[in-house]
Amino acid sequence: MEPLQYDVLVIGGGVVGSAVARELSRYRLKTGVLEKNLDVCYETSGRNSGVVHGGFAYDRGSLKARLCVEGNEMMDQLSEELGFSFQRCGKVLVGNTDEDMETLKRMKKQGEDNGAKGLVLIDKKRLHELVPAVVGEFAMFSPNSGILDPFQYTIGLAENACENGVDYYFDREVTGISRLADEGWQLETSHGTFRCRWVVNSAGLGCGKISDMLGITGYRIVGSKGDYIILDQRTGALLPMPVYPVPSNTYMGIHVTNTTDGNVIIGPNAELTDNFSYYGVPQENMDYLAQSASELWPCIRKADYIRNYSGILPKWVDENGAIQDFKIEIRDELAPHAVNLVGIESPGLTAAVPIARYAIELMKQRESLEPNTDFNPVRKGIIRFADQTAEKQAELIRENPDYGDVICRCEKVTRAEILQAIHNPLGVSTMTGIKYRTRSMMGRCQGGYCQMRIEQMIEEELGKKATDVLYARQNSQLLFGKVREEA
Amino acid sequence: MIREFTCIVCPNGCTVRAELEEERQGAAAGEQTIIKIGGAGCPRGEEYVRQELTDPKRNIATSVLVKGGELPLVSVRLTAPIPKRYIFDAMEQIKKVSLQAPVKSGAVVIENLLGLGVDVIATKNIA
Amino acid sequence: MERADVIIVGGGPAGLAAAVELYQKGVRDILIIEREAHLGGILKQCIHDGFGLARFKTTLSGPEYADRFISQVEELGIPYITGATVLQVTEDKQVTAAARDGLRTWQAKAVILTMGCRERTRGALAIPGERPTGVFTAGVAQAYINLYNRMPAREVVILGSGDIGMIMARRLTLEGAHVQAVFEIQPYPSGLPRNIEQCLNDYGIPLYLSHTVTAVHGGSRLTGVTVSEVDGNMKPIPGTEKEYACDTLILSVGLIPENELSLDAGVTLDGRTKGALVDENFQTDVEGIFAAGNVLHVHDLVDFVSMEAEVLADKAAEYVRNGCLTPCPLAIHTDRNINHTVPQRVSGKQSFRLSMRVNRPLSDCRIVVRQNGVEIASRKMKKAIPAEMIQIPVSAGKLAQQGDLEVSAE
Repeated sequence: MEPLQYDVLVIGGGVVGSAVARELSRYRLKTGVLEKNLDVCYETSGRNSGVVHGGFAYDRGSLKARLCVEGNEMMDQLSEELGFSFQRCGKVLVGNTDEDMETLKRMKKQGEDNGAKGLVLIDKKRLHELVPAVVGEFAMFSPNSGILDPFQYTIGLAENACENGVDYYFDREVTGISRLADEGWQLETSHGTFRCRWVVNSAGLGCGKISDMLGITGYRIVGSKGDYIILDQRTGALLPMPVYPVPSNTYMGIHVTNTTDGNVIIGPNAELTDNFSYYGVPQENMDYLAQSASELWPCIRKADYIRNYSGILPKWVDENGAIQDFKIEIRDELAPHAVNLVGIESPGLTAAVPIARYAIELMKQRESLEPNTDFNPVRKGIIRFADQTAEKQAELIRENPDYGDVICRCEKVTRAEILQAIHNPLGVSTMTGIKYRTRSMMGRCQGGYCQMRIEQMIEEELGKKATDVLYARQNSQLLFGKVREEA
Repeated sequence: MIREFTCIVCPNGCTVRAELEEERQGAAAGEQTIIKIGGAGCPRGEEYVRQELTDPKRNIATSVLVKGGELPLVSVRLTAPIPKRYIFDAMEQIKKVSLQAPVKSGAVVIENLLGLGVDVIATKNIA
Repeated sequence: MERADVIIVGGGPAGLAAAVELYQKGVRDILIIEREAHLGGILKQCIHDGFGLARFKTTLSGPEYADRFISQVEELGIPYITGATVLQVTEDKQVTAAARDGLRTWQAKAVILTMGCRERTRGALAIPGERPTGVFTAGVAQAYINLYNRMPAREVVILGSGDIGMIMARRLTLEGAHVQAVFEIQPYPSGLPRNIEQCLNDYGIPLYLSHTVTAVHGGSRLTGVTVSEVDGNMKPIPGTEKEYACDTLILSVGLIPENELSLDAGVTLDGRTKGALVDENFQTDVEGIFAAGNVLHVHDLVDFVSMEAEVLADKAAEYVRNGCLTPCPLAIHTDRNINHTVPQRVSGKQSFRLSMRVNRPLSDCRIVVRQNGVEIASRKMKKAIPAEMIQIPVSAGKLAQQGDLEVSAE
């Protein structure tokens, strides 16, 4: 079979890859995204705190600082266009000692130099007005920080890209890259060969490997694994904004974060790892998280635990192990027509769209891109029944009775939403694909009531056999077949 | 010799103790003489232990395929317990059967299962 | 807004029994709201037998037990709707539900909460390790096998010796899966002895007490679990780890009353039962809102769920007629052996049945109820185990109108 031919192929469908794809769809380019997992947002982009950072924690003059501040500023508009939950709820960094105060003062100055707005040092009284349950003597308050739903955000970017003509390919791990004689690239994947004129390496944890394949060798990438515990939505009322300790130079510290769904997340710790696919959470880490976070916010009860998870940040380090800035480059001498994104870790979620625009600017310095006048920045997401007023709920049911059929009881997700998720524009068909698009199975019963119904709907709607329904990854079959087969 | 049994007749789960004559050489299973039975909260416990010592019996509950119904399976059980050793043979028989909806609770699905004088009956209505 | 004398939230065993009893007490303006397509609740998937001995003096499967009540509901013409999910119950007894035919709100004189319970999950237990598929609560596995005709397991380990877990051990074995063992973190089983006998011993499935799963392995489907012995404080003992290769881990680690609607209605819960605080009328601390069955406290037997709901219905009928019930100012205290009681408050004027569970297994004990230091009821028990719900009737004749009650196991 002839390899599929693209103007641009983006390697990696995380938040940055999806932002690149969406920003590329503003131009007349045939763009494809190659993702090794079965959905977007399956690695680092979906496994984090979901915090929109203010930009004060990064070195002056760094790309991290600049693109984070830009990303923070455009988040309201992005959330409006793409239909994901974003709350500019602010955030506090809580201190107790003189040394903490010195650090916060330095951080405030650094933040102001970076362009972060509104940073103020506040006393205990004001701190308790903002977050009554917190323990601490004083804090730095960053009113522009916030929280977002990382799944919806990435899915929003990807679906909007898709609606503007980008093709998404899942289960396509890039296994080899070769340069073609006529300036293009050939990409071998686990399922088929692709060709393109431009390639974008936004492979996240795989950025070092892909960079090597492109011929840009020598980047040393280490993983920083962080574990998290999610608490019941009943705890959300006690935490109006993320609460962080005063950070050290390299690590933000274990914090407590509210989510846009009203849960609370505790974490992360930070452990260096070279295994980029192990997401296990050990007991001692869970105990440590709960203990450390309780010192900041003493509202953590085991009875409220819903789930734990972990994520790995790809950090580019030098020969001494010092963490480096984002690297966004085109190395014409080594790999022409290849945009190389290396070490995109935190604040990559906040900075994803500015990172994408920065990358495209580098392309435009080498080739003029023709605007796509049909580009529509607005993605219509799934209307969530649970978020509507009673009047609106009644109207939704009148228009579509499936909105009256509640499938997931904890999150009150209806059949209408699950059907829309099953028929998502990207063609994702895993159980977690439905979960992240609707919040079904995410509540306190963790799918105890609805997962069978959703599994059945996937079979029926997509004509799949029971043994073909996957939970999340390749080989994650949920079922072994039927109990009784027709003779 | 004393043997203890957990009675399964009702949820009380009484611990019933049976004092048995020492096993004679060459005696077949079930031939032990019971000297005394005690600890049962009701006469059914004693009866249960006597049955356990001779030929333990159990009921089973499982499902039968239903075609054209609003559910794919109908639950079934046996009208009376059968000797334990026949449980998996009984399952094999039940697995082979399929029904056409509608099915009424109480309907006989297999008559005289394995010649044991016990029927398999539906325990659910399937429209 | 529509009106009804009594709205019953949930058409499982508690809701059905309450509806039938209310009808028989002359309260006819009732509505049962059930979110699933059929009445019967969890009994629909409990196809094993052993139900009904206390209530009907015969042993029935779950669906047959439910059908006894459903038939009565149908015969009496008691109104019910299915496929309708209650979204909200307010303190002033307005009930809103979503269904395919619209969003409806009723103003009720009394609301009966019979929503049942949910299973504790892996996340709630915080079992360490990876997050592969193949970890199911026992009830989910039961639904897949008994309702959906789907086989979720082949090579199985079970964590927790709850009754549903043991029943699933047998069920999975009958359907050709291999159950390697059941592990229980406590030094005693959490399910009933009869289930250990007929679900595990009958099939040669070992039960290991004081053991728990300390790690879950597998990036996609489960590949195995690590099991460790635990010490007296339920902490894993290093060096006792054993690996079990399996594709499925079934969890039977407890049930939690499903009280989200109750909390939104302003009902106060008991931290021990995770259900509402109720008086002898099964009325919560919100007047006119009642609760019974597993939403109130997790029962061992469905028979007691029905019987509790029937008592509730008698009182709710009285409430609908008179607009009030006997006040219940007397509290019931427990000693360290008793985990909790239901009810938690009484009037001192009426007879009632006190339900409770012990905290740990006790043998040759006496459960004693005292008021003002005077013994007013007792029950001798050869063995008292946490798996079993203990009930003691207290008669009005012995009660004084003042003075809290104390329950102890001696």
